Amino acid sequence: MQLSELYRQVIMDHYQHPRNQGLLEDAVSVDLRNPSCGDEITLQLQIEDGVVKDVRFKGSGCSISMASASMMTEAVKGLKVEDALKLGESFRLMIRGQDVDSEELGDLEALQGVSQFPARVKCATLAWQALDRAAHTDDVR
Amino acid sequence: MDISKIKEDFPILNQEINGHRLVYLDSAATSQKPQSVIDVLKRYYETDNANVHRGVHTLGSRATEAYELAREKVARFIGAPDAAQVVFTRGTTESLNMVAYGFARPRLTAEDEIVLTPAEHHSNLIPWQQVARVTGAKLKYIPLQEDGTISLEDAKKLIGPATKIVAIAHVSNVLGTIHPVRELADLAHEVGAVIVVDGAQSVPHMPVDVNDLDCDFLAFSGHKMCGPTGIGALYGKRKWLDEMEPTYFGGEMIDVVELYEATWKETPWKFEGGTPIIAGAVGLGAAVDYLEKIGMDAIREHDREITGYALKRLSEVEGLEIYGPAEGAERGGLVTFNLGSIHPHDVSTVLDAEGVAIRAGHHCAQPLMRILNVPATARASFYLYNTKSDVDALVDALASAKEFFQHAIV
Repeated sequence: MQLSELYRQVIMDHYQHPRNQGLLEDAVSVDLRNPSCGDEITLQLQIEDGVVKDVRFKGSGCSISMASASMMTEAVKGLKVEDALKLGESFRLMIRGQDVDSEELGDLEALQGVSQFPARVKCATLAWQALDRAAHTDDVR
Repeated sequence: MDISKIKEDFPILNQEINGHRLVYLDSAATSQKPQSVIDVLKRYYETDNANVHRGVHTLGSRATEAYELAREKVARFIGAPDAAQVVFTRGTTESLNMVAYGFARPRLTAEDEIVLTPAEHHSNLIPWQQVARVTGAKLKYIPLQEDGTISLEDAKKLIGPATKIVAIAHVSNVLGTIHPVRELADLAHEVGAVIVVDGAQSVPHMPVDVNDLDCDFLAFSGHKMCGPTGIGALYGKRKWLDEMEPTYFGGEMIDVVELYEATWKETPWKFEGGTPIIAGAVGLGAAVDYLEKIGMDAIREHDREITGYALKRLSEVEGLEIYGPAEGAERGGLVTFNLGSIHPHDVSTVLDAEGVAIRAGHHCAQPLMRILNVPATARASFYLYNTKSDVDALVDALASAKEFFQHAIV
């Protein structure tokens, strides 16, 4: 188990400089928390013609949960909602240690090391869970 | 107390984690088990296992005898006048729920008040919220002072004629604060209220005598005191246990069953519906034997020494914030802290990479986290098998964590 496998530079960069901050006035908003550890995220989605036009988040939590949220927002912006959800599926498979097409995942692959730290899986998937929930609210569909 | 010998009693501690000696500093969550407890569990299943209080065969008698002997040991351990005043439960949470539902709920009304502190573990908070919701009774909180302790002056102001229940942890699982239970019991009794004590963090760590505390109920868990998981106990004053209603019903707990009604066995068996946690109780009895052999005074003294040493060493770590009573004040065997702005999960992962196991999170005390104004904290907790070199390993690992995150954390 190598710590550097978990805390890759790109992850620490996202943690230190989270992207897509600043909440929107007009967007679907989902609040999610990880009750066992206290991590919190507010995720906002703006969908136009079935495409993720804008996505923002605000949250508090460990480096993995916040970096994962930041990376998720970058990855899904501009994608069709269904493609964003599919990407989430692939991401979850990767985090659980399964082989996934690395091209599809792009930068998200940096989080692959989490699969070696079972206790941190929930941290990495919180934002994606929020995305799922936001995409399935009635306001969006 | 020869610490090096005690460590040898716990086989699990003799292993490496991620290439380092395991340093287990999470005993407030659950303690490790000595070989003697593991052996007793094994022997019970190998030679004595049967259901209790029924069946005339030899194994049935042996199992019943072992189960009831364990009750006697636990009763003696906490100074209960009679073994019948000890109800076996799954643990502190179940014990507290039994008091809330079987004792408090039938007797509380909208005029009544339940007094507690904002530092309670969820298990001594949510049962009372639920009872308050159903009965209309009100929850009143004794405020925490700057250092996390409560003042008896505040308690005096809050505990009044409307108070029916005072529910408080003997030792806080987050701050390590030792609450003045006896004084609170006296205040409660002056107004005719009962005091319910969450002993999860005190019974394993210090001599606890229910007569000295004069508590009406005391709840605690076996797994935090070298016993197996899934077993705990509820002590109650005889009068209250006799008045308290069972919370579940079925086999084992009945006296006479008719088609339309039934009567219960006596205390404590009326509370132990279904096949009880026999092996667990026997294991808890063995844990009590083990702790008594070492001596609770010695264990408390050891806790004090290790915690004092930890507070001293940790206060030397730059950027580390310690919560709870200041150095020198009486506190339980744990230290809760944050390392600068590094999230406790990240701290814990780096520590684990060096073999050091601590707890990170809200410790089942979300209201307290809000008071401390932190989303989570890290906690190192100690027990009889921990040494000063364990504390040194913690401090070294914290230095690594700082080093590791130095460039990444703003």
